[in-house]
Amino acid sequence: MNETNSLYIAIAGNPNSGKSTLFNELTGLRQKVANYPGKTVEKHVGVLQDDPDGNIRVIDLPGTYSLNPHSPDEEIAHDVLMGWSDDTPRPGLIVAVVDASNLERNLFLVTQLLSLGIPVVVALNMMDACRASGIEIDVVKLEQRLGVPVVPTVGSRREGTAELKARILSTLKQPSVPRSVVQIPDAAAREVDRLAAHLQAHELAAAESAHGEALRAICTENSFSHPRFAAARDPLKTTILAARDSLAQAGFAWYAIEAEAGYQWIETLMAEVRNVREARLTFGERADYWLTHRIVGPAFLGLIVLMIFVSIFALAKPPMDWIKHLFGYLAVLVVNTIPAGPLQSLLTDGVITGVGGIMVFLPQIMMLFFFIAILEDSGYTARAALIMDRIMGRVGLHGRAFIPLFSSFACAVPGVMATRMIDNARDRLLTIFVAPFMCCSARWPVYLLLAGAVIPNTIVLGFIPLPAIVLVSMILLGIVAAVATAALFNKTILKGVTSTPAMELPRYRRPRLRMVLQTMWERSLLFVKKAGTVILAMSIIMWALTNYPHRPDAAPDQQIKQSFAGTVGRVIEPVISPIGFDWRIGVSILSSFVAREVFVSSMATIYGTNMSDPHRAADLQAHLRSELDPETGLPFFTPLRALSIMIFYVLSMQCVSTIAVVRRETNSWKWTLFQLGYMTGLAWIACFVLWQGGRLLGWS
Amino acid sequence: METSKTTSLDHLGVGRSARIVQMDLRPMEAQRLMEMGLTVGTRVTLVRRAPLRYPIIIQARGSHLTLRKAVARSIRIQLTGP
Repeated sequence: MNETNSLYIAIAGNPNSGKSTLFNELTGLRQKVANYPGKTVEKHVGVLQDDPDGNIRVIDLPGTYSLNPHSPDEEIAHDVLMGWSDDTPRPGLIVAVVDASNLERNLFLVTQLLSLGIPVVVALNMMDACRASGIEIDVVKLEQRLGVPVVPTVGSRREGTAELKARILSTLKQPSVPRSVVQIPDAAAREVDRLAAHLQAHELAAAESAHGEALRAICTENSFSHPRFAAARDPLKTTILAARDSLAQAGFAWYAIEAEAGYQWIETLMAEVRNVREARLTFGERADYWLTHRIVGPAFLGLIVLMIFVSIFALAKPPMDWIKHLFGYLAVLVVNTIPAGPLQSLLTDGVITGVGGIMVFLPQIMMLFFFIAILEDSGYTARAALIMDRIMGRVGLHGRAFIPLFSSFACAVPGVMATRMIDNARDRLLTIFVAPFMCCSARWPVYLLLAGAVIPNTIVLGFIPLPAIVLVSMILLGIVAAVATAALFNKTILKGVTSTPAMELPRYRRPRLRMVLQTMWERSLLFVKKAGTVILAMSIIMWALTNYPHRPDAAPDQQIKQSFAGTVGRVIEPVISPIGFDWRIGVSILSSFVAREVFVSSMATIYGTNMSDPHRAADLQAHLRSELDPETGLPFFTPLRALSIMIFYVLSMQCVSTIAVVRRETNSWKWTLFQLGYMTGLAWIACFVLWQGGRLLGWS
Repeated sequence: METSKTTSLDHLGVGRSARIVQMDLRPMEAQRLMEMGLTVGTRVTLVRRAPLRYPIIIQARGSHLTLRKAVARSIRIQLTGP
């Protein structure tokens, strides 16, 4: 496929209008997913099926309510349609997908698309839902009034897609530029003319698109800040602000002109093309009565969350064991085929332990992606957000943050990726910031090891074992830290940045298995790629640091002590000893950057326990209990010291995968490193207060 | 006269309808609401409230939208029929 000579067709439409299903129907399996360069928005491109030449490309734009962008996703859709995108040429045709059952609102974007000077074909989608709610639409009349082809479709049942392809191809053969249907007030039209002349005079727009660009520039708040205007920014800004001022003097608000004129035109149109036979309560409206009910709603949400957790922890266990065994088998294979030496050690202790340690979480992560995709595709996430919004809003989080955050209880990686369901950049950032505080499954082995080894197994309140209380406290501490952090940042760094004022409750629909599996597959693949690159590299580095300089005849614990990592551990000891850690704990914590639970195997190596034999896991706990403090001669791993380590794991961002995914999703090293610094700092301070305070009170 | 009384959207009863008369919001917030169909003069119906009273669910131009308390309070409405 030749990238540059291809003709692009853009699929544009409101969120939840069924764009993606139609995109799949138009392109079949010949599509690829990537990110827009420098953005965290997915770009779906495919090749139009049934096209004789095979060089027509179809791009599925992010859902957008209007051409005045209010989120990163909408900015992308806007830039592609305006021809301002760096990597996508201006489309030669737009397929405007509208939800027929929500026609009035969906047509607003269409009125804007008609003013771009690009041929448009309208797909009147979800005709089935429209009929089901008792609404008839006069398609012939609609086509006449819009002046562009209108094809009724039901994307999910493949109805009308052949017709849609045919109309796309015939329109491409004889392209005709649609005329704008909406008349903006004269005062505004005059300002658009004037600005269009300015844009042309400064060679910022071509003659045929200058009017469309001028209207966009007046109606989009910071239009003059777009990089494409960098050279001519100041005079342009002055001209645009002057245009808005004279509009205000004529009694018009610049930000309202388009919407008011647009909806006025649409209202007249609707009276002509829509016929409500009998307004029926749809299935979704009846379901919503219960799913957002005062008592049933939250109870149902709780049930869903519980079900997902049970599935993740119960159903994912067998495949996790298989992966563990697979890596165990690989290790045996390596030991049997490669003679003992550095290469064998690198493969078994470095690559297999490191990559295997993180890959065991793959089944959990895939299942989470699966459930999140179902929740998103069915429309339920908006209801969950509605139920949780007020509570989460107290600390500045959006209701939509609920699903990413509860996902983070299994693993922060899918949690952070799921923040894409939050369309507002500020809300997304705040959610990403607090997600790693949730108690992920990689923390459990650390807590279980320490609590089991040193927390006295006494019974509290008659029936609760003390270690269990400690575990629950660690989970709660994570939640408290997340809430406090959100509240703090909401009032400081992210203060005054607005959230989206309204959220749509989309119609329910049956989750489409193909979309669900596709989303799960794409996101899991991203994770596996990360494991194959960043984590592999990190595992090899950690292996090298603990095995070199190599002392062939030293015992494992002596080898580590004299290795680079041991040296680093002893160098940082002055920093970590105020929180109760010695160099060995320091080394284990550093090595657990690959994955938190690697802490356990590192401790095992240092204490010379063979962890590959599960029966000897208890050995390590016994070792820890018998370890004596060289200064006092008393047990080294006191409950206070164990608590300090656990709290460190609650609060610190000790995970390469999370750091990598945050970097990817924020697209900023600055934010990523700030988060790493903040969490590590917070962990250190909390442990310092605990350790020093505890010792003052004589607990140690 | 009862029909000319204006109030804010958060005071609309469940199942009742009203017309938008004014929005006291920042330009970009107002613009987004208008693009989603909430222009001045639009008839809105309060469908339901979230379990904790807010956000509210309104219906306008055939779509269901949820609004937080602060936003609902900034929208002035004029009560119309039931």
